[in-house]
Amino acid sequence: MTFWLLLTVNSITFGGLLFLLAAGFSLIFGLMRIPNLTHGSLFMLGAYFGATFVGGYLSVTFNFWVAVLMATVLVAAFGTLIERFLLRQLPGQQMAQVLVTLGISFMVADFCLMVWGGDPVRVDTPGSLTGFIRYGPLVFPHYRLAIIAIAVVAALGLWLLLDRTRLGAMIRAGVDDPDMARVVGIRVSQLFTIVFALGAGLAAFAGIIGAPILSVYPGLDQDMLPLALVVVILGGSGSLLGSFVGSIIIGFIYNFGQALLPELSYFVLFLPMLLVLIVRPQGLFGRFVP
Amino acid sequence: MSGRFIAVAAGVVALVTLPYWMPGVYYLNVSSQILFYAIFALGLNILAGYGGLVSLGHAGLFGIAAYATGYTLQAGFGHPVAIFNALTAGMTAMAVFAVLSLRSTGIGFIMITLALGEIIWGLAYRWISITGGDNGINLHGRPDPFGVAITSASAFYYTTLVVFLVALAAVTVFVRSPMGAALMGTRDQPRRMTALGYHVWAIRFWACMFSGLLTAVSGILFVYYTQFISPQALDLTASAEVLLMVISGGSGTLLGPIVGAALVIVVKSVVSGFLERWNMLLGAIFVAIVILMPEGLVPGTARLWRLAWRRARKDTGGEL
Repeated sequence: MTFWLLLTVNSITFGGLLFLLAAGFSLIFGLMRIPNLTHGSLFMLGAYFGATFVGGYLSVTFNFWVAVLMATVLVAAFGTLIERFLLRQLPGQQMAQVLVTLGISFMVADFCLMVWGGDPVRVDTPGSLTGFIRYGPLVFPHYRLAIIAIAVVAALGLWLLLDRTRLGAMIRAGVDDPDMARVVGIRVSQLFTIVFALGAGLAAFAGIIGAPILSVYPGLDQDMLPLALVVVILGGSGSLLGSFVGSIIIGFIYNFGQALLPELSYFVLFLPMLLVLIVRPQGLFGRFVP
Repeated sequence: MSGRFIAVAAGVVALVTLPYWMPGVYYLNVSSQILFYAIFALGLNILAGYGGLVSLGHAGLFGIAAYATGYTLQAGFGHPVAIFNALTAGMTAMAVFAVLSLRSTGIGFIMITLALGEIIWGLAYRWISITGGDNGINLHGRPDPFGVAITSASAFYYTTLVVFLVALAAVTVFVRSPMGAALMGTRDQPRRMTALGYHVWAIRFWACMFSGLLTAVSGILFVYYTQFISPQALDLTASAEVLLMVISGGSGTLLGPIVGAALVIVVKSVVSGFLERWNMLLGAIFVAIVILMPEGLVPGTARLWRLAWRRARKDTGGEL
């Protein structure tokens, strides 16, 4: 019983991290129709930046949350640059977009290897959240519960942004019909930059928030990108609710699969995605077939 | 004798005599690698270039053929059985890939093939009782087609060259056949092709199968070349690299994937000896190609060449 409960908590925690990663991926994909294959790299870059700030940069060590903020802003700025100077030049050219995003992810991976080396970098859990909650025989680390809370708050914030603000309405219009949105006077190209920066920032945020659990290592980008992809295919591209439900499902399957079927854990992970593709190609909550 | 014929003949002569002028066995081995990766890239180009279906999971198919070879040999069977199994496994996997991923085109196709490729990678990495996990499968020995041993570098090079030339001829015939034309039709005007009575899905499916065959062949050559197969050969980077070969050389051309394969393999194996940050260089090359020569190296060079030619003619008042 203890085992199952702990596994459940871990699953929800991981699902929360996945949601932060996948929400941006899904929005970028839904609005811009760009398969952003740098998303895993942005996650990793955020984690490395954050780890550096926490561990001390130029002999200044930062508070964990300040480091999170700095890493997020840095990577969001990096995402803006990618969008403005590269992807902007290639509207509608999928092959070129794939080539550019892959090229950048190669460069980022190599840059990280150059700067931080091949050994995993550990990030300590922030001091205020190192404790546990004891409930009978059960032990829940504060930090994992905090991640769940952060993910829920982020989900609510994103939902409010998309559903209740003018900007959100413009983004939704762009997702549903970019040409029509342009016709009625929405500057869709400006939305692209905002959404890309937002997605990059969220990915970096997830990276540094997840670092105390996952640690930061070369290849983290390639571990996370397929997961984001599965979530988006499962939940439906461009749908926030889809990302949320998909992330939780994948979080559960990932953790339970690794515990119960270690040899086939990857296969089990991708099985629901295949089922969805066969039964409902637009994803559980998607509005269009990509 | 057209210029094109002379160029092709010169190319073939250069490839056939390559072991005699290449300095050292190392470079000969690099040439073999370029050839079997070129077969791989030609196979992907059928889909990505001529069919407009960009696959990011082809390394999974490549890996299935390689693993099938290794596993059959490990189980004690001979080389013919191993090669037969590899082709069967590769084609079967391609059929499954095609049925699942042809439900959509464009980005959907990219994402589904990427995910399928990752499943194969995950199986290779985790299903240790079959694949050996990270340790992979070691092979011992190469087959001897028609009684000729191909253990030496030059013998293996010639074997690869023969397979490569056959593959290139097959692709050339395919592209120029009505089937090839129909495939390009489904790429450019799928709805019009449907209206004309073509079965778009079937055309794409058989293009996938042809692509899968070439991929499986290159996977077999790869595993006999390295004598080793591990999950690294089929991860996302591997799928990405072969797609980059196609796109950087020029997708939808015959020569492009070959040039792209040469570029990637040379950077990976030769330049990496001098430059530690070769991955950075590879990434930078791809970004540069997209910005400066979006159509790929081969068509891009041809365009620049024509431009220079026209300018030269103008300068001399049309005397050339």
